[in-house]
Amino acid sequence: MKNNLMKKLMPYTFIFPALLLLILFSIIPIIISLVISFTNLDITGLGNWGAVKFIGLSNFINLFHDSLFLQAVGNTLFYVVIGVPAVIALSLAIAIMINFGQNRFFKLMRLVFYTPSITNTVAVAVVWTFMYNPSTGLINNILNQIGLGSVGWLTDQNVAKIALIILAVWKAIGLNMLIFLAALQGIPKDFYEAAELDGASWWQQTIHITIPSLKFSIFFVSVTTLIGWFQFFDEPFVMTKGGPLGSTNSVALFVYQNGFQQSNFGYAASASFVMFAAIILATLIQFKLQNKQQNG
Amino acid sequence: MVELNLEHIYKKYDNADDYSVTDFSLDIKDKEFVVFVGPSGCGKSTTIRMIAGLEDITEGDLLIDGKVVNDELPKNRDIAMVFQNYALYPHMSVYDNMSFGLKLRKYSKEDIDERVHNAARIIGLEEYLDRKPAALSGGQRQRVALGRAIVRDAPIFLMDEPLSNLDAKLRVSMRAEIAKLHRRLQTTTIYVTHDQTEAMTMADRIVIMKDGKIQQVGTPQEVYDNPANLFVGSFIGSPAMNFFDVTLQNNRILDRKNNFSLEVPEGCLKVLQSKGYAGKRLKLGIRPEDIHTENTFIKVFPNATIKTTVNVSELLGAESQLYCKVGDQEFIAKVNSRDHIQPGAELIVGLDLNKGHFFDPETELTIY
Repeated sequence: MKNNLMKKLMPYTFIFPALLLLILFSIIPIIISLVISFTNLDITGLGNWGAVKFIGLSNFINLFHDSLFLQAVGNTLFYVVIGVPAVIALSLAIAIMINFGQNRFFKLMRLVFYTPSITNTVAVAVVWTFMYNPSTGLINNILNQIGLGSVGWLTDQNVAKIALIILAVWKAIGLNMLIFLAALQGIPKDFYEAAELDGASWWQQTIHITIPSLKFSIFFVSVTTLIGWFQFFDEPFVMTKGGPLGSTNSVALFVYQNGFQQSNFGYAASASFVMFAAIILATLIQFKLQNKQQNG
Repeated sequence: MVELNLEHIYKKYDNADDYSVTDFSLDIKDKEFVVFVGPSGCGKSTTIRMIAGLEDITEGDLLIDGKVVNDELPKNRDIAMVFQNYALYPHMSVYDNMSFGLKLRKYSKEDIDERVHNAARIIGLEEYLDRKPAALSGGQRQRVALGRAIVRDAPIFLMDEPLSNLDAKLRVSMRAEIAKLHRRLQTTTIYVTHDQTEAMTMADRIVIMKDGKIQQVGTPQEVYDNPANLFVGSFIGSPAMNFFDVTLQNNRILDRKNNFSLEVPEGCLKVLQSKGYAGKRLKLGIRPEDIHTENTFIKVFPNATIKTTVNVSELLGAESQLYCKVGDQEFIAKVNSRDHIQPGAELIVGLDLNKGHFFDPETELTIY
């Protein structure tokens, strides 16, 4: 009897440490911030708990009347819509190209494309800020050399978002490329040989064999990338502080500004919950689509 | 009508020092079922892959219907291939797997449908056309792979160890099915296997390979009865041929180490002597079924007998396999199970030297 109980408890003792950390640092903070999002907690509230009041949904209602928040939502959607497909397409394309050859050059390329993802975002963003500098930056210099005009990379409201996306895509390709490469190497060679005998060209093999075989890794990469881009923060934080005129502000940055700069904790928490809900929703839709594709 | 000629084909991989296939020459006739057999690494798969166009030919010419096709792409050679791991596309249904090649070749929808259903009928998988390969058993997958080759209606089938992933029982039944399929479709087929039983049972002609070289080409009967060298003798047949190191002295062969001698039949003796082996060392090969325990044989050929000890006796049903020992030399005899012998028993066995094979110990080539 006793032995049996021990056996049943055993697995739980193994996962207990991880579970404890998860509860302490993820679950509890999420619950607390959910509670906060219904309050007017700010800097005074931190000192004097009595001043904290439940204000129901007013934070959420205010959010959707706040033009800065709406702008941040619009910007974030822009980042997601452009950035996620770009990351998937480029890392997949690069992985397929690198997988093409086995010699040293291709191994070097693997390193070249992977390096950006192990660099520190802040450090890289600083370097890219220099490169993006309208008058002294490398990129404009090159553009001028080949007879093209200067671009206000981080100063033009329309271009700044693109400039940040370029940097973030460049950084994100490495890791995802590695995931795709691993998956590519798991595709049996004889699929391609059979397809070759079936008369499939390289392009047809890519469309009919390679991409369907990568279905799961494409799904994995799209989910993780999507979540990452919903939380787009580092690049605008370091390079533009959300400017010019809020044109690069993201929801995550909006949360930071309201929570940690203006100390409107309640308001920031509600904004972060809106973001949280959006991520969950987007992921659920993806899962649904994936299931449908599998069963269909 | 299709004819395949391999003329002095060599293969060397880019980073290898040695040739994987050396001077491979073979003419394959229309409708023939040719089996390449040999131990792993003998170059049989490399050769079939060169025929398919999946590997480059280093030297020599491959001709299909008189035309050199060395530089043709696989898809232009009009060849269908069945792979060891089936190579079915996992995301496609059985129907799509079979029709993929036809779609790429721009066949009409009706034509594709007719061919796929026709092939599905032949392989008996009509009800499974909507299934994905993962939902099929190993044998069914192998059939789909065959079906994919059938729909193409290609004049040449290549099969690269198609049965080695199946269990023993299924392998035997699929073996018969492939043979039946060949009789029905009459497609020129090249079949690669390491299993000599498959080779013996299916082939019109067997090509036995070792270390990238052809050892012998012949019908199953020919290679069994008249092996060209010691390797062929040892590779073909199960249980394998027994070998003894002997010396020819007068009209007898002696095994001094294991202390026995046997009288050589006259016809055989003449050949050995005329080829200059009198007093020389020889390798005697004798198949297990040519070793006899019946009294009649031992009475008629008293000078062709050895006294042995039976170590192990395996009763297989109609026959028994006796693992015998003379001196330090072990050998297997396949005898009628009516003469069942207890392990440990002493036994007199007769060797039918008329059916024996003599090999040169240096060159390993057949003398008689």
